[in-house]
Amino acid sequence: MIAIQVENLTKRFNGLTAVDNISFSINRGEVFGLLGPNGAGKTTTIAMLSTMLKPTSGSASVNNFDMLKNEGDVRKSIGIVFQDQSLDEELTAYENMDFHGRLYRIPKKIRQKKITELLELVELEKKKNNLVKTFSGGMRRRLEIARGLLHEPKVLFLDEPTLGLDPQTRNHLWEYIEKLNKEKGITIVLTTHYMEEADRLCDRMAILDQGMIIVLDTSEKLKEEIGGDVITIKSLEIDHLYSKINALSWVKHAEPHDDSVTISLQNAEKHVAEIVNLASVNGIVIDSISIHKPTLEDVFLHFTGRTIREEKSSTKDQMRMMHRMKRG
Amino acid sequence: MDIVYAIWLRYVKRYLRSKSRIVGSLGMPLFFLLVLGFGLNSVVNLPGMGQGYIGFIIPGIISMSVLFTSVFSGIQIIWDKQFGFLKETLVAPVSRLEIMLGQTFGGATTSVIQGLIILVLSLFIGLNIASIAGFLVAFVFMLLIGISFTAFGIAIASKMEDMHGFQLIMNFVIFPIFGLSGALFPIDGLPSWMKALTLLDPLTYGVEGIRYGLLGTSQINPFFSFVVLTGFTVCMVVFGAYLFRKINV
Repeated sequence: MIAIQVENLTKRFNGLTAVDNISFSINRGEVFGLLGPNGAGKTTTIAMLSTMLKPTSGSASVNNFDMLKNEGDVRKSIGIVFQDQSLDEELTAYENMDFHGRLYRIPKKIRQKKITELLELVELEKKKNNLVKTFSGGMRRRLEIARGLLHEPKVLFLDEPTLGLDPQTRNHLWEYIEKLNKEKGITIVLTTHYMEEADRLCDRMAILDQGMIIVLDTSEKLKEEIGGDVITIKSLEIDHLYSKINALSWVKHAEPHDDSVTISLQNAEKHVAEIVNLASVNGIVIDSISIHKPTLEDVFLHFTGRTIREEKSSTKDQMRMMHRMKRG
Repeated sequence: MDIVYAIWLRYVKRYLRSKSRIVGSLGMPLFFLLVLGFGLNSVVNLPGMGQGYIGFIIPGIISMSVLFTSVFSGIQIIWDKQFGFLKETLVAPVSRLEIMLGQTFGGATTSVIQGLIILVLSLFIGLNIASIAGFLVAFVFMLLIGISFTAFGIAIASKMEDMHGFQLIMNFVIFPIFGLSGALFPIDGLPSWMKALTLLDPLTYGVEGIRYGLLGTSQINPFFSFVVLTGFTVCMVVFGAYLFRKINV
């Protein structure tokens, strides 16, 4: 069963191509990630799929409704949490939910029941009568997710759901998202520029750059492609250490450098103890060991042959400015 | 209708919660009323006006209060745009017209409440309402000013990117509309060029209508005022809805 089918979707703003002829499909019940630097076209893609923005060309269907012809049906069947906050701070958590429920024409009784249920789910039930302006960033995000679920959408779009949140809150949110997907079977499409987030949550992900999909695969496949984690061991006795490590059965790729040895492998955490033991048995002094997870930077480097440059973020600003000029 | 109601409800809730705004926006009208009213009451002698100059400008000040609050309410959409809340409304499966109407009625309601506060306060400085019917006439005119100018504010907000242009609109559009409306002076006896401008100002008909309702006298036929103001209101709602339909976030 396919939840979202995208065909040759393109969006241009005054000559700047934000989304360039992309095609992909997302299965029902899947957590799908759109990964890329700022300005890669992630948000624009979501804006088009949620019918907020008309594409320049191409088409897409969401829950079997055509994005262009059945705008209303698409909207009813999706929930969306925007990148920027979209709550009314002068209203309480309950009132924000209630407003949403009314907009989606949910009958009063069901609305009240669902609101209580969802506020419990995101652990905001006790704060339901507090004004949103008193909420922390994490609480606001949770409220927005609860709100996005009120009308029981089949697909939930999350645009950078954990941007700007502290690690603990982020972890907490990830648990919610997993729970929603597993227990309620909601298809989730999220954008992120954290590799870690995509890795933790997504079944499959598409890496976007300059509006194009560079690669689309499961996170396992992508990581295999990059070669997994990297362990860096600093020591004065490099040659000795290298020869010992290279002899280990699970080491497939190790490299000696000036003052360190690097090993590329899967699940590095599991082998660190072994390396330390090996060194101490052989009397080698280790100065430090670090494990480096592949980041978006590495994936990017791998697939595009270049690093994510800072200009990328300004591309988005340019796009916004052009968009504004067009409107103005 | 329930969508319009939902949006109206949010507006009114927000309004009732912002005590400082309610009090703050009473400041200028009250200042005008007291300073001009008492300041000029002894100097200005209006033939046929039983309640003196202060009585004469009360309807004008009520209009002023409704005018400023309604334009401001309409322009508030810019904040919804900037704080992201507008997205939440625009992505819902509802028509833009419903959203726009909800906001218009919300703004109209709050501005009429502001006008009524001024009206009640005026009772303490000598306003005598002629009759209940007269009050209802005044109320209808207040409502029309509220609806038309909230819609006008929404139209402006749909074209504006942020609040920077707000001062510009206030100084070059709203103040002239107020100043030329005959809120502070009688239309008869004006130089002909100024009289023409006054008669082009839609607020004039609102002021005259309220004046007829509250004082029982007016210089423009109240029925004619009603027709003109209603026409203006319809135009503004259509204009506002048209521009709001094209709003981008």
